[in-house]
Amino acid sequence: MLISCPHCGPRDLAEFTYQGDATRTRPDLASTDTAAWHAYVYERPNPAGLHREYWQHSGGCRSHLLVVRDTVSHEIASAKFARKAREMIG
Amino acid sequence: MAEYSALSLLKNAFSGNRGWKPAWRKASPKPAYDVIVVGGGGHGLATAYYLAAEHGIRKVAVLEKGWLGSGNIGRNTTIVRSNYLLPESIRFYDHSVKLWENLSHQLNYNVMFSQRGVLNLAHSPAQVDDYIRRGNAMRHEGGDGIWLSPAQIARYAPGVDVSSSARFPVVGGLLQPRAGTARHDAVAWGYARAADRLGVDIIENCEVTGFLRDGDEITGVATSRGDIRGKKVAVAVAGSTGRVMKLAGIENLPIESHVLQAFVSESIKPFVDCVVTFGAGHLYMSQSDKGGLVFGGSLDLYNSYAQRGNLPLVEEVMSEITAMFPAVAKLRLLRSWGGVMDMSMDGSPIITKGPLPGMYLNCGWCYGGFKATPASGYSFAWTIAKDEPHPINAPFTLSRFERGVIIDEKGQGPTPKLH
Ligand SMILES: Cc1cc2nc3c(=O)[nH]c(=O)nc-3n(C[C@H](O)[C@H](O)[C@H](O)COP(=O)(O)OP(=O)(O)OC[C@H]3O[C@@H](n4cnc5c(N)ncnc54)[C@H](O)[C@@H]3O)c2cc1C
Ligand SMILES: [Zn+2]
Repeated sequence: MLISCPHCGPRDLAEFTYQGDATRTRPDLASTDTAAWHAYVYERPNPAGLHREYWQHSGGCRSHLLVVRDTVSHEIASAKFARKAREMIG
Repeated sequence: MAEYSALSLLKNAFSGNRGWKPAWRKASPKPAYDVIVVGGGGHGLATAYYLAAEHGIRKVAVLEKGWLGSGNIGRNTTIVRSNYLLPESIRFYDHSVKLWENLSHQLNYNVMFSQRGVLNLAHSPAQVDDYIRRGNAMRHEGGDGIWLSPAQIARYAPGVDVSSSARFPVVGGLLQPRAGTARHDAVAWGYARAADRLGVDIIENCEVTGFLRDGDEITGVATSRGDIRGKKVAVAVAGSTGRVMKLAGIENLPIESHVLQAFVSESIKPFVDCVVTFGAGHLYMSQSDKGGLVFGGSLDLYNSYAQRGNLPLVEEVMSEITAMFPAVAKLRLLRSWGGVMDMSMDGSPIITKGPLPGMYLNCGWCYGGFKATPASGYSFAWTIAKDEPHPINAPFTLSRFERGVIIDEKGQGPTPKLH
């Protein structure tokens, strides 16, 4: 697997650390809605297909990335800086 | 049906082994069953067997999308153990070991359960404390945990590097003598044969493509071989849990699918006669009866439904096995493969009624569902037959995450790849 880091270009999987599912948004820290917290902490869509997930280029520029990757073919659809991508999603 | 005995072996040996009959019928789907089990892996087959054998429920179909043994039951590294820390886990897995001890007799099929011992090597003072604590927890529940010093390890498993010049010197080890290995395919075949003889229909090449419903209630399944009605539908599809439950509209389970790779070396003379795990990394290894070293390490550590992994993990596993057993460095690798694992949020399984009416769910096996096969089938069958859990699976609910009563052996928290 090669991931195209927006800063460094295509790099080997070994340089990256997987940081998991990026489909969830943390509830407001003041929230006491247990269902919302349960969904955030424990529930995962776990799709067979395109998955939105965080990676860190830990063995390179150390950027945090938001990657869209196919969990069946391991093909990478996109890789962006996490903060910018999150801002775009809102 | 094939009967296995010393006499039948002898008879067939003299008649060129042409007298054997298939171990199970090639059943075609009937329109309706009392229980439909989705998934013909170890757990689905064991569930069907115990439904028939323990509860007299014989109108049962096991639906398997491929062939028996094509999933993780045929891909694992065959380790059976109950060396856990938490009482819920010890009770469940020790029940399983007890069922393993009598399984070949019960099924009249040799599953080659070999209680060769599982030895966990410790490499640091913290690990020593941790392992001794776990051993004591096992003993407290009536199990068998024994602490070995490096000198005792050198005698018990001679290939292990216990010298002080090892990259991660071994300072002791926790041994479970009753643990060991079994022949994984034989477990699938043995349960299939025994269930078949009790009237269970085992239907291969039959993929579940949807669920039949009456409102919220599940009333059967749509399959590649037509619709089949079932009073109860039990899902035991391990790594495919996300895909199959999505067909029922459920996409929020506390599960992630990850790929785990395993490896086997070329055959060598007897080298190690127990299962050894390397505590300075993540590695487990045993020697098969054919002589190959069978071993594996961590997940590839990213979500995956592909039954294959990537190279970085291969390199990591190889560096660990050569650190533990320097003598294997020149061995050639025969094969490697991957299987899709249903990693749960607390590292423990889910065996429960629901989440929809008429449905039962068995999943979340992480690295260790092979050893659980008998207890999983036994307690899942109980849950399906009686509509309430057996005491050994009662803690393994789906609602435990909401209620905050998770069963997290290592205290890793809700990061599936770490369990
Ligand atoms: C490399 C590796 C090493 C492992 N090592 C060990 C070990 O040493 N010890 C241990 O205890 N555990 C180990 N495990 C874990 C263990 O193998 C699994 O937890 C266990 O086998 C899962 O249960 P199962 O046997 O029922 O799964 P499977 O055999 O995977 O059964 C599920 C079945 O469901 C079928 N299915 C899926 N979708 C559908 C559908 N839509 N319709 C019909 N059928 C469907 C699949 O084809 C499959 O046959 C290992 C796993 C792997 C991958
Ligand atoms: Zn980079």
